[in-house]
Amino acid sequence: MHYTFEIERGNFADAGQASSSVKRTLKQLGVAPPNIKRTVVALFEAEINAIAHAYGGTIDVDIDDGKIVMVVADQGPGIPNLDLAMQEGWSTASPQVREMGYGAGMGLPNIKKNTDELKIETEVGVGTTVTMTVYLA
Amino acid sequence: MTVKEIIEKLDLQCLNEANLDVEVSGAYASDLLSDVMGNARSGQVWVTMQTHKNVTAIASLKDIPAVILVRGGQPDDDMLEHAKDEDICILVSKDATYQVCGKLYALIG
Repeated sequence: MHYTFEIERGNFADAGQASSSVKRTLKQLGVAPPNIKRTVVALFEAEINAIAHAYGGTIDVDIDDGKIVMVVADQGPGIPNLDLAMQEGWSTASPQVREMGYGAGMGLPNIKKNTDELKIETEVGVGTTVTMTVYLA
Repeated sequence: MTVKEIIEKLDLQCLNEANLDVEVSGAYASDLLSDVMGNARSGQVWVTMQTHKNVTAIASLKDIPAVILVRGGQPDDDMLEHAKDEDICILVSKDATYQVCGKLYALIG
């Protein structure tokens, strides 16, 4: 099963729509609740990152019997220092984004904790692609 | 302790009646959304001063039945609309986070 969602820069009002839709689908498929929880935490955080930092992008979700693969690809500034970005507490979020309660530097660590595989490909000035896999076994 | 009982015991204003008979397992207090996303558990009530629509998005994703807005905080219009769509109970306390959490802890800690 394949789903695609669009991400619009700065559109916080619609944040969580992709995660919410994927959650509904996984529930209907009878996926175990702990795996649903992990998936939606990771996807929501990746969605927020793209909304907050990038200039737009797409979310592709593939679900099969054994795993859920989520690819969040944005056209954005890229991440200059991935090691720093992975550190809990590190953030480059704007003051406006922080006022909403984001920008605590917990997003990428949350993604890492809740996925079985995480791959981040990023190029400064081009964009970032985050590939997250949750195994259902 | 149900959501309804919490409303009565803490004298909360209820802006969206949902999940009133749901049994609450505890509470999580935070204004950092990723903290809630990563650490709150389903069935807990969420105590926060954030009043925008992403609060209900997270509450829905995390199966949080009720959100308590502190210090008389009023939800943005689109947050309240979203709460109605997603069946999230929206509650308002005049108290600050510390007092709300103290009262909740005494009840369901």
